[in-house]
Amino acid sequence: MDAVVTENLTKRFGGFIAVDRVNLRVPIGVIFGFLGPNGSGKTTTIRMLLGLLQPSEGRATILGFDCAAETEAIRRRAGYMSQRFSLYDELTVVENLDFYGHTYGVVGRRLAERKRFILELAGLKGREKELTRNLSGGWKQRLALGVAILHEPQVLFLDEPTAGVDPVSRRQFWELLYTQAAAGVTVFVTTHYMDEAEQCQALAFIHRGKIVAQGSPAEIKAQQMRGQVLEIACQPTAVALPILKGLALFEEVALYGARLHAVAENAAALMPRVEAALTAAGVAVQEITPIPPSLEDVFISRIR
Amino acid sequence: MTDSPIVVEADRLSRRFGPIVAVNELSLTVARGEIFGLIGPDGAGKTTVLRLLAAVMPPSSGQARVLGFDIRHQAERIRQAIGYMPQKFSLYADLTVIENLNFFADLFNVRGARRHQRIAELLAFSRLAEFTERRAAALSGGMQKKLALACALIHNPQVIFLDEPTTGVDPISRREFWDILSSLHVQGATIIVSTPYMDEAERCSRVGLMYEGRIAECDTPDGLRRLTPGELLAVWTPQVMQARRIAAALPGVLEVQTYGDLLHVFVHDAAAIAPQLAQALAAAGVPVTEIKRAQPRVEEAFISLIVGRRAAT
Amino acid sequence: MRFLHVLIRIFAIMRKEFIHIRRDPRTLAIVIILPIFQLIIFGYAVTSDVKHLPLAVFDQDRTAASRALIEAYRNSGYFDIAYYVSTHDEIAYLIDAGLARAGLTIPPGYSNRLARREQAEVSFIIDGSDPTIANTALASASAIGQAHGAELLQTALRRGGTLPGLLPGVEVRTRVWYNPNMRSANYMVPALIGLILQTLTALLTAVAIVREREQGTLESLIVTPIRSVELVLGKIVPYVVLAFMDMILILVVGTYWFHVPINGSVTLLLALAALFLMSSLGIGLLVSSAARTQQEAMMMAFFTILPSVFLSGFMFPIASMPPVLQWLSKVIPLTYFLVIDRGIVLKGNGMDILLPQVTMLTVLGVIILSLAVLRFRKRLE
Repeated sequence: MDAVVTENLTKRFGGFIAVDRVNLRVPIGVIFGFLGPNGSGKTTTIRMLLGLLQPSEGRATILGFDCAAETEAIRRRAGYMSQRFSLYDELTVVENLDFYGHTYGVVGRRLAERKRFILELAGLKGREKELTRNLSGGWKQRLALGVAILHEPQVLFLDEPTAGVDPVSRRQFWELLYTQAAAGVTVFVTTHYMDEAEQCQALAFIHRGKIVAQGSPAEIKAQQMRGQVLEIACQPTAVALPILKGLALFEEVALYGARLHAVAENAAALMPRVEAALTAAGVAVQEITPIPPSLEDVFISRIR
Repeated sequence: MTDSPIVVEADRLSRRFGPIVAVNELSLTVARGEIFGLIGPDGAGKTTVLRLLAAVMPPSSGQARVLGFDIRHQAERIRQAIGYMPQKFSLYADLTVIENLNFFADLFNVRGARRHQRIAELLAFSRLAEFTERRAAALSGGMQKKLALACALIHNPQVIFLDEPTTGVDPISRREFWDILSSLHVQGATIIVSTPYMDEAERCSRVGLMYEGRIAECDTPDGLRRLTPGELLAVWTPQVMQARRIAAALPGVLEVQTYGDLLHVFVHDAAAIAPQLAQALAAAGVPVTEIKRAQPRVEEAFISLIVGRRAAT
Repeated sequence: MRFLHVLIRIFAIMRKEFIHIRRDPRTLAIVIILPIFQLIIFGYAVTSDVKHLPLAVFDQDRTAASRALIEAYRNSGYFDIAYYVSTHDEIAYLIDAGLARAGLTIPPGYSNRLARREQAEVSFIIDGSDPTIANTALASASAIGQAHGAELLQTALRRGGTLPGLLPGVEVRTRVWYNPNMRSANYMVPALIGLILQTLTALLTAVAIVREREQGTLESLIVTPIRSVELVLGKIVPYVVLAFMDMILILVVGTYWFHVPINGSVTLLLALAALFLMSSLGIGLLVSSAARTQQEAMMMAFFTILPSVFLSGFMFPIASMPPVLQWLSKVIPLTYFLVIDRGIVLKGNGMDILLPQVTMLTVLGVIILSLAVLRFRKRLE
């Protein structure tokens, strides 16, 4: 049995198709990354999986339970951390845990045990009495995760859990996800950070409601990338960018950190022309190398 | 407005909220034509610094000048001269794209042919021209950010303050957004931007790393990269977590960071440790795709600086 | 040129505000439904009008004259002749049991005394447990009975409970001025103008400004060249326009539905309403500078409305309040505006008579509005 299965899952809002015949298969115990631009249907899909929205067509199951009909069974087994962490700002850390514990029917000794475990896990020990409002983004986010796993769900849904969180906190957060996955929890996560996507065992790209690629990061990179990537280190990049775009040789030219990435069918063969064009414009070229595509390159080439 | 090469000059600027010190005696200079990046963990005070400099909020102590104008006493002059884009979406959601633009044009007294031309330009570069009649609430996250930027640029400011303009935005929209910033920069604008994305920090001419209300390090991205301890080995392996444990236990290894299927190992002497590492991994049965020496990025620098500081306190 | 920029900015805020109002059905609903709702409540439900009060009659005279008197009571519409009884005790019982609200006793020899042109007395008993109704019933009873014994009865009534009174039945001495039928709609509808103006402007202004803060748009506004005063003006004007529209709506409904005659100058009423708005807007602004969320703003605004309802003379006469509350009522702007708008609508008063109220309203308005503008800071704190 798989953790999450969808069959032609579709959601229409009036004439707008938010999710269009989506087929997903997420095995138990993996970290599954669900990627896509803003407004591509990620949140809508998650809401249907959790039974918060009724699908227009198709069906979905979580651990074999029907998402539309057996929501009670699913909610006992699924945890959800929404984009805006649904914590009560005016409650303390422990009060939030207590509240959510009680709503999920986690009480007494089990609640005490879970609270101890979560405070330890999230590094929130010593901050139990602090108002949630006063926690910084990273702490809040780990508390929100703690709340989501309070009732020991077997499947965990995380909708952009790390948006706007600094790299150090993001790392700590992903370490937590690893420990969850290692304990057999299936983690279904959406993110805009491609380095986070690289850490997932399985991925699906959704674009305009449709799945455009699915597989492990390595599979996706190997199969889905149209063309090769040239990495160009040069100065100044702001001058080089319009020149490269003007050459009309590449499907895509973009800044990638301090460097430029240019994508074309036979990019390696274009290296001399690139160098000549940049040098002629007075751009100092330090290095041009064909590189294996990153997930971000793939993402952009699939979705453009 | 002065023609001084210094655009922002902050001197021991502080801001307290009750007992919390959000900005602590921060000093900073930004020159004309820079893209200055403010990076730092949550709660480091990035938003507050931008608010103080944009004269949105008064400082508790210290002083700062933006384009020669005092942030306390010449707030109105500063507002005329700068563009400011707050972190939170701060346009009118029930107004359409064009209504929002016209509204800010009214407030900044951009009128007549000048307004017409400016709005056309802004719609073109933000690629919002076909959505002028759409309400801001119905735009995607990336489009909302671009509209917010367009509104902040309506009066052609020479200095632009942006507070996490790309947070929560997908990679494509982020790229588009940075392309816009680059072209503004090429046209001569000075940009001061805060961001949680380290690859964006790489695109800045100078980066200030904020920690606990101060700028802990301030340098070019190259300069920051040199702050990472020792040298860097990049290791590609399908079994990252296992490889990480092994690498961390090896003598001569300073720090290990993971990025997807990539392991970054900081060592004193890359040439000496690389073979030892390869051997140790092979002995443990961890398959290795590649090991090579790599250039540290700002992200690595950031992480080791923050981790170092947290350990020190 | 500078002045032109100021106007353009104010106008930009106004236009935006009107778009918000137009696109937010809830605001629009409040603006239209609230006054109508309040009119219905205060015009009908919360009425002290006396209609069809059950009356018990003990006719000891049993003559054409006594029947004519009873008929007069019935025809007035204020009383229903619910019981004919044959003892005083029965009247006492019916009133105690709440079956009758009033009792009329016509003594033997009533017609004879009338015939001899002597002072004929009938006794009228009223259930004083609801003083408002009792008062009105009394007045009606007196008016109907064309007698002048009201004062005597009222003295008796103040002791509460069921009390007998004497109603001399010949000469017409009691007259009710301005509102001869004592219809509370005539009294309530003009007062509602004041209450609704205040509710609407204080509430909507506060919410409209706090919304900018709550949704983060204030941060964008702060970095524009707009000044606090311009922002405040631009935010206020649309709600002033709405308030005046509502005022006219109330006047129209009041005139054509509740048949409230407007005896004074509508222009003067509108002008003085504008004066009154200064303080309501000031209250709204003060609330907006204290509240962080729209919810808080709403609660605070309602908190300022409550004392206005109870202490301004809107519901209860100020004269019968304890001294502390009387003193408090003097700092409530609505107190003065109620005198003004009731004066204009009911009595046809002009400026000459209303001058003291107008002066006080101006003083209060200037104080509240200046406080509000001083407190309003175009900065984040």
